[in-house]
Amino acid sequence: MITIDVDHVALLSRLELTAEEKKIYAGQIRAILEYAGLLEELDTENVPPTAHVLPLRNVFREDRVEDHLPLEKAMQNAPDRDGNYFKVPRLV
Amino acid sequence: MAKYETVIGLEVHVELKTLTKIFCPSSTTFGGDPNTHVCPVCLGLPGVLPVMNKKVLEYAIRVGLALNCQIAAFSKFDRKNYYYPDLPKNYQISQYDLPIAEHGHLNVELDGVEKRVGITRVHMEEDAGKLVHQGTISTTPYTLVDYNRTGVPLVEIVSDPDLRSPEEARAYLEKLKAIIQYTGVSDCKMEEGSLRCDANISVRPAGSTTLGTKAEIKNMNSFKALQRALHYEVERQIEVLEEGGRVVQETRTWDEAKGVTLSMRSKEHAHDYRYLPDPDLVPMVIDRGWVEEIRSALPELPDQRKDRYVREYGLPEYDAAVITSSKEMADYFERCLSGYANAKSVSNWVMGDLTRLLNAGGMEITRCRIAPDQLAGMLRLLDSGTISGKIAKTVFEEMFETGKDPDSIVKEKGLVQISDQGAIEAAVDQALAANPKVVEDFRAGKEKALGFLVGQVMKVTRGKANPEMVNSIIREKLR
Amino acid sequence: MDLLYTPAHELQRGLAARQISAGELCRAVLARIDKLDEKLRAFITVTPELALSQAGEVDRRIAAGEELPPLAGIPVAVKDVICTRGVRTTCASRILHNFVPPYNATVMEKIMARGMVMVGKTNMDEFAMGSSNENSGYYPASNPWDTQRVPGGSSGGSAVAVAAGMAVLALGSDTGGSIRQPASFCGVVGLKPTYGAVSRYGLVAYASSLDQIGPIAGNVADCALLLSAIAGYDPLDSTSAPGERPDYTKSLNQEIRGLKVGVPREYMGEGIDPGVRGVIDGALKVLASLGAEIEEVSLPHSKYAIPAYYLIATAEASSNLARYDGVSYGYRVEDPGDVVDMYMKSRSRGFGAEVKRRIMLGTFALSAGYYDAYYLKALKVRTLIKQDFDRAFEKYDVLICPTTPSTAFRKGEKVDDPLQMYLSDITTISANLAGIPGISVPAGFSGGLPVGMQIMGRPFGEGDLLRVAHAFEQATGHHKRRPEL
Repeated sequence: MITIDVDHVALLSRLELTAEEKKIYAGQIRAILEYAGLLEELDTENVPPTAHVLPLRNVFREDRVEDHLPLEKAMQNAPDRDGNYFKVPRLV
Repeated sequence: MAKYETVIGLEVHVELKTLTKIFCPSSTTFGGDPNTHVCPVCLGLPGVLPVMNKKVLEYAIRVGLALNCQIAAFSKFDRKNYYYPDLPKNYQISQYDLPIAEHGHLNVELDGVEKRVGITRVHMEEDAGKLVHQGTISTTPYTLVDYNRTGVPLVEIVSDPDLRSPEEARAYLEKLKAIIQYTGVSDCKMEEGSLRCDANISVRPAGSTTLGTKAEIKNMNSFKALQRALHYEVERQIEVLEEGGRVVQETRTWDEAKGVTLSMRSKEHAHDYRYLPDPDLVPMVIDRGWVEEIRSALPELPDQRKDRYVREYGLPEYDAAVITSSKEMADYFERCLSGYANAKSVSNWVMGDLTRLLNAGGMEITRCRIAPDQLAGMLRLLDSGTISGKIAKTVFEEMFETGKDPDSIVKEKGLVQISDQGAIEAAVDQALAANPKVVEDFRAGKEKALGFLVGQVMKVTRGKANPEMVNSIIREKLR
Repeated sequence: MDLLYTPAHELQRGLAARQISAGELCRAVLARIDKLDEKLRAFITVTPELALSQAGEVDRRIAAGEELPPLAGIPVAVKDVICTRGVRTTCASRILHNFVPPYNATVMEKIMARGMVMVGKTNMDEFAMGSSNENSGYYPASNPWDTQRVPGGSSGGSAVAVAAGMAVLALGSDTGGSIRQPASFCGVVGLKPTYGAVSRYGLVAYASSLDQIGPIAGNVADCALLLSAIAGYDPLDSTSAPGERPDYTKSLNQEIRGLKVGVPREYMGEGIDPGVRGVIDGALKVLASLGAEIEEVSLPHSKYAIPAYYLIATAEASSNLARYDGVSYGYRVEDPGDVVDMYMKSRSRGFGAEVKRRIMLGTFALSAGYYDAYYLKALKVRTLIKQDFDRAFEKYDVLICPTTPSTAFRKGEKVDDPLQMYLSDITTISANLAGIPGISVPAGFSGGLPVGMQIMGRPFGEGDLLRVAHAFEQATGHHKRRPEL
């Protein structure tokens, strides 16, 4: 049986869950992961992983400055601001 | 023999001075108004994608080569996932298991002893934004965020844990800074944040080969702070062990004002960065031919320049090392030489009076008002006997304050050395006549009396008499 | 000219001949939205002023005698996961309820340059995570054929809009079947391009290595037209395939005699609804009668596709969705204590349950100690799945199967069992893992509900898909049937 430290995963995901939610999610995720255990049937020792389906390599751009976003556009969705700064609560 | 041995490794971040950021074409210029050098990509807006700046790769390879590393044939970017308000995407695009360069070294000299320090790896990553607090991090009621710096390209250089003292660590950092400045990829200014340093430090019983538990020290913003912080931390860790405790593996911040390191343990657990290859960027295959091109185009590096100064200019090893320890100083030195060929003289003035005045004024050589050709000019005046060595010091200080030409200063202040036989004889006569007792002392064998008499002549001539001539004329007259 | 359900390629002719005006066409579509959308809920944001102004501009240019590009003046609905400058883009999530992008997705730049008319942003499963549009943070959408049933997802709203005549064309996105499955459920044509064929710049990311934007249309020719409008290399997308794209309309009206069709047995077995199976068998007979050579083929690693997909997609998603934190855009909780509190509460209240579940799953799959067993393992299995397709395409030109195992299911039927919902993606998911293109075309009906036939092709083989799809459509005419509304 797979054990999941739901509290730890929720913290890493920055999600606050109720006790009820934790129980439900833990059960559902466990079921999905157990189903994912199907993959262990396959011997993938010598199989390379596919992180990208296209065989692209060396995609670059030139070091040339282009237009910036005007300040007001950059800030237009800010939930809170102080002049030209985005404002957030204290860190601790 | 000390009871404990210190083991230090440094992680240095260097901002590369490309025109644009690593993954978007926003400007990297330092100091713009907040949030004016941004675009959807570096703001991490929904839907944006990174595109790699080729110049960053070139600069990173340059750094790797300058540090004698092996350059990877295949490299990629990975996402380092963590949450912080200066990180718009809450992941940093960095490199995890396939860094651009590995297994290098550099040579550090300390107290005449040269030591090779290993470089574990060099990798590329994007910088985060800047946070502004009202007061300190713990007392501020809110935090302000400026994303101008987000996405500025960095290389992270990790040393092997080969450093054995805070002094050695400082020397390593100074050498690393010089090397990177010489490559031309960064200004390496700690005060502007284009060079940042964190340290991993542990202690262990002398003779032991296992590593002690290390602490990571952050927020050391100058070379001096690095040294002080590491000294403090060594003492702190030893004290913990002596009292029978265990050093906790944690991150500590250097508090400059209080002179202590403080634990940064917060309610966050240990970081699990959950690295994954960035699916928005494709891997890089590094062409060997290109690497060799970059290698052959590498500018002369500090050690090479130092050796050349010894060879070509006959400078002593020590002088050459000091002059080449900063690229700006070495460049300054060479520009002086184009106007005045005596390398040792130039070196003396640069290492001596110039450095003294710069330190007193808390300024870099780049801000020095004395242009190299002006220093050369002054040295020519000295050579020609127009001014004496003592006067030269006065002229030099005046040049430093005002940036005026030496010729102008000498003229304005009437500092031309008096080398006229007759004039000096007259002044000597005057001084001898006024100090008969001292004359007698000299005649009686007291050599020191001569110094007094020379001083008196200088007083009369307001320091302008040619001292060698004064000396010989006095001796002549009192023979 | 009757405007409702008239294909874009005919409307174009009408506009050029000045039989209709773009304004008239736009108004007709907006009226239809007014009439039907309160019930169907295909839209999150309708943009009547913008649409009318765009249509007016097209009419002005026609009047000035300008020759306009294909699809000028054609009303299009855009899935709300695609960034539209100045127009709210929510991804059907509360966490972006007020987000107005200051930039356009590349596909938007392209269709705006064509003079297309955007009537609104369509409903979807939140952040493209879902197969029924029931995970929308706003309201579910309804299948026009039976409003008690789901339209499919995640591009539910786009499929509904086209099926109900509330747009002539639509853009959707497909990560595990999200264009093809709703197209199948709603009786329209939907195409997922080859990975890299269409730019992802401006597509709000769900799973970066799987996502693609694609066209949804009432018929194959329109689908080809829209695909031509949006496909192309984009320097703003590092995963964009270089080179020119072909003229996809050249694949229309072509023969399919001698075409080699493979039918993967793993997609035709138990688990496929008998009614659906019957329709597909009938469709294959039609293709055979047109000269295609049909054979069974095996894609032996098919059954591993779903677990592999749900590990890869959720891992990438957990990282892609980390940016929704209330700092510089989107929802922020009122009076947070400190930054961590702000993150926790904003994300927990802003995200729906399915999104949270997938973020947690993905975070777990990447976490220390589990990376190798889950994420890395899934990436290796992906290689095996891709190799299955590579082998199949050595022999066959296209692969054909049902788009979905069943017709549209009832609302609420699968929401409580996420694993069951995931399992219904079996037929579409592999194409995303392998990066190959797939199209769903109306193939018939079962129990009064549309059945879609899926055609998959080689990488950059969209031409083959359109060729087969068009030939089939012209021989059958299922696409002409409309829901009663």
